[in-house]
Parts: sequence; structure tokens; C-alpha cells
Amino acid sequence: MISNKAKKEINSWVEKYPEGRQSSAVMEALKIVQSENGNSLTTELIQEVADYLDMPGIAAQEVATFYENYNHSPMAKNVIRVCHNISCMLNGSDELITHLESKTGVKTGEVTQDGNICVKKVECLGACVGAPMLQIDDKYYEHLTLEKVDAIIDGLKEGK
Amino acid sequence: MNEVCFKNIDKKEPWSLSTYEASGGYSVWRKILKGELSPENIIDELKASGLRGRGGAGFPTGLKWSFMPRNSDIQKYVVCNSDEGEPGTCKDRDILRFNPHSVIEGMAIGGYVMKASVGYNYIRGEFMEPFYRFEAALKEAYKTGLLGKNISGSSVSFDLYTHLGAGAYICGEETALIESLEGKKGQPRFKPPFPANVGLYGKPTTVNNTESFASVPEILAKGGKWFHDLGVKNSGGCKLFSVTGHVKRPANFEVPMGIPFKDLLDMAGGIRDGRKLKAVIPGGSSTPVLTADEALAMNMDYDSIENAGSMLGAGSVIVMDDSTCMVKTLTRLAHFYYDESCGQCTPCREGTGWLYRILKRIMDGDGKSGDLDLLNNVGSNILGNTICALGDAAAMPVESFLRNFSEEFEYYIENGKSMVKDNV
Repeated sequence: MISNKAKKEINSWVEKYPEGRQSSAVMEALKIVQSENGNSLTTELIQEVADYLDMPGIAAQEVATFYENYNHSPMAKNVIRVCHNISCMLNGSDELITHLESKTGVKTGEVTQDGNICVKKVECLGACVGAPMLQIDDKYYEHLTLEKVDAIIDGLKEGK
Repeated sequence: MNEVCFKNIDKKEPWSLSTYEASGGYSVWRKILKGELSPENIIDELKASGLRGRGGAGFPTGLKWSFMPRNSDIQKYVVCNSDEGEPGTCKDRDILRFNPHSVIEGMAIGGYVMKASVGYNYIRGEFMEPFYRFEAALKEAYKTGLLGKNISGSSVSFDLYTHLGAGAYICGEETALIESLEGKKGQPRFKPPFPANVGLYGKPTTVNNTESFASVPEILAKGGKWFHDLGVKNSGGCKLFSVTGHVKRPANFEVPMGIPFKDLLDMAGGIRDGRKLKAVIPGGSSTPVLTADEALAMNMDYDSIENAGSMLGAGSVIVMDDSTCMVKTLTRLAHFYYDESCGQCTPCREGTGWLYRILKRIMDGDGKSGDLDLLNNVGSNILGNTICALGDAAAMPVESFLRNFSEEFEYYIENGKSMVKDNV
């Protein structure tokens, strides 16, 4: 079920588009619903979003599977998105990822047993002058060192 | 340096309306609202400025704006492409964070010139800090009566909204971006018709890059000629260059077009200690790689970089020193295009996979003697055979890496390991 709070938030996006073009808000609507559902989507939820925006379910399904930022299986509370594209690679992102894997005890893409952390390798996040860098929620962490990464992970483990 | 988009970068709260206005911001827009500037006049100034699309294609902005059917009464749109995702590029993020009002004013001016009363700024989904900054700036602009309907009692109306992406490099392609704005998969459209005729919701639409829009107010405030003369022939004005990779102080630099690459490298602190320059990708990952000698001899403008064998692109200068394994670097890039191909055109969807898998097998020590020919063959079968430029963007690095650094690839195939010691 889409909550009333989520509906209100979705409506604030729908308002930006011309009348009858509410499906323009589908990308945000899916994000809002995903974040209410513990960071992942289900076929049912996608259908509900489609119904709410009066668009075919398959059209919402296409969007949900085309873009990178939607999860279709249970996802960790904290997703650490590490850029491993060229500028970050030249500045040691591979080493950073190996370190993160050993620190969290799981491979990239997997969720830790307590459901707290998932490290993902992602493509360029557009902060190349701050390489190597990673993203957690809305925040970018740049000019990383192994020590800085340790501090970030320890913070997440303490539930910050 | 820092004369246009980065004009206020060292000031306190450069993103605020008060800082922007204190340095002359919105003066052009206010003139328009008073009826003192005609659309024709603005297009002439932009043409004289030599401003070319800063997203990578380098199409003249004034000319692009003149394509819009502005005398027709139907709804038209201006769209800002802030879906910055070309590896090595991070300038629009800083414009949005530190000078959001210049984008708003540039878009509003564009709306006025092209008679488009609605604009959308498409910001990539990961750029949340820039998104919040831009939204805050929008709020300020509305509160001050700079946006809306019949602004300050004039006949000019302009409403501006932000739209967020959700993670797809392809949405930087303007027709994919339009599809995405409509709430669809970001798959590029066939052209023609071009967006200026059939764009967002089927209406005439012009899409410009963030830096292009952000440059417009200052160009009009100081004159097209002033901007043009900052640069060199065919490359008017100044431009933001993101200098990244193996330099001591990676950063964005707003410098006049045509400055020597050497000077730009010095501004970024030069190569890391004890290392030598090996290669440079001058315009973002999609542009051909150059050798150190080629790069050191070139200037940072469209023609000079083209003469050196590459493209200015988005001005994303990726610097590699002698610790760089070119096989590994190309494999990384090939994976990126394989990952980001939208899957619509067969040559790109299948070809990017082939490129990546062949390179991967070389990296795994399973390279075969015919692999380099095969790579070139796959690349040339993608080039020119797809709806959008992503296919070309995937093929061009392959050709240039193999041409300039063939011995590294041959060594890897023969020995199953990199010829570069302590490679990154």
C-alpha cells in the first residue's frame, strides 16, 4: 500500500508537469515508494504506483527495471555506492573496494547478514575531482583514504 | 580565470541570491522584463559570442535557439541537461552547487527568446546536494518575483521546475532525456524530427547543457564580443575544464579557450611526484586518448584538440601517468559502455558486450592473437550504425587506445600480464 504521506509527496511532483502528464512523476514516485518499503520495490508496489499515476503497469515496470537506482530484492539499510570509473580507478578505487569487502565481510552487491550494509560498485557519479569517492544516501564522500572509509563504516555500524 | 560560471566561487555563500545579484546577476533578466531587450538582439549577441554547447557536442548555442518556431503559439519548452555522467566530468555539479542562479537566469532568458513559458532542469538522480541547492535558489527566485506568470507586471511568463533522474548515463543524450522527462525508459529517439520541432510531450523543445545556460547571463551583460575575445577562433569564451586522474590538485578550472594543455596541467599541480605523463583523454571518456607528446603540444580549444586527434567534448581532462596500464583502463571504459548501453540498437547492445568480453579475456590472460583485429572490427561495426552517439562513444576509445598503445595490448596477450610495473 502506498501511504498517505507518500501520496502527498508524489503529488508534489505531479504538480510540476502539465495536466494529463502525471506519468512524468513515475521515477520519483517509485523512489518514494521504494524508500518506504525498506529500500526495495516489488511487482505489486510498482503496479500500485502505475495505478496511482493512471499509467499501464508495464510502463512503470519498464522504468523500474531500466534505471539503476531501483532495487528489486531486499536491500540493506545503508547502500554504499563506490564509483569505480576511470578517474576514481586511477586514484585507487579498486583498493578501496577490496578493503570495503574485507571490512564488511561480503562481496560487492551482497547484503551483510544484519541487513545493515551493501557495497555496490557504480559508474561515474560526477565528482571526479574528488576521486576516489562514494555515496551513501544523499551524501557524497570524496578524497577518500582507507582510514576515512573505516570511519564511515564504523559510523554506519553504530547506527549513525 | 573564473570570469563567467565561477565568477563568485570564492565569495561567501556564492549560491545565494544576494551574492548573485551583488555581482550583477539578474540584470539581463530585469532588462528583458522591462522590455529593453529583444529576442533577436539576444540571438545576435549569442552568435557573436561564439558560445558552443558545453555538454560535449559543441553546437553553436545562438544558432540552436534560432531553430525554435518562436512565433507559433503552441506550448514550447526549454530543458537544461544536468544529467552529468560522462566519466571524468564534474563541472555542472559545481555550477549547480555554487552558481544555481546563473542557470535559472540563463534558462529564463532562453525561455523568453524561444517563447517557451515552461522549463525543466533535469538533474541526475545522484546529485542530491546540487538538487537541494537548485531548489533553494528556485524558491528565492520565485519569492523575489523573478519567475512565474506575467512576471513583475510584464507579459513575460516563465515557470521552472526540476526533474530528477534515476541512474542512466544515456539520459544525457537529449532525446533520451526527453523520454525520461516523460516518465519512460531513457531510449534515444530517431532524428529527425529534432526536438526543436517535436520534443517534450511532442512540443518544440530546446535542450542545453548546464554550463551553456549558466554562461548566457554574463555573455549578455558584458556583450558577445567580450566573451568571444576571451577565447580563440572557433572557440569563443572561456570554459570549465575538469582536470582529474594522476595530477596533484584535481579540480575544475574556468579558463579561456585555447590555453596550452601544459598550463592547465600546471594549474592542477602537475603530475604526481616521481611520475611522467603517459596519456591524456582530453574531453571525457568518450573522446579518443592522446599520447603525452600529442597532449603537450595541443591547446585547449576545439580545433587544436581535433588536430591532435581527439575532441574537446565536455572539457573533461583525464590525466594518466606512467603507472597506468592502458589495457586495464580501456577494459574499465568498455565495461562502462556495456553497462550503460540502453539496448535499443543491436550494434551497440551486442557490440559493447563483445568489446568488454574480449578485453576481459585479455585481462584474464586468455587473450588470443587475433583479438586486437577483432576489437577493431567490432568497434568499426558499431561506429555510425546506431541511433545515438553512445555507440560511437564506446568505439572511439577502443580505436585510439589500440592505435596509440598497441605494444601494451600485444604484450598482455602474449604474456598474460601487464607490461606496466606497479600498474594501477
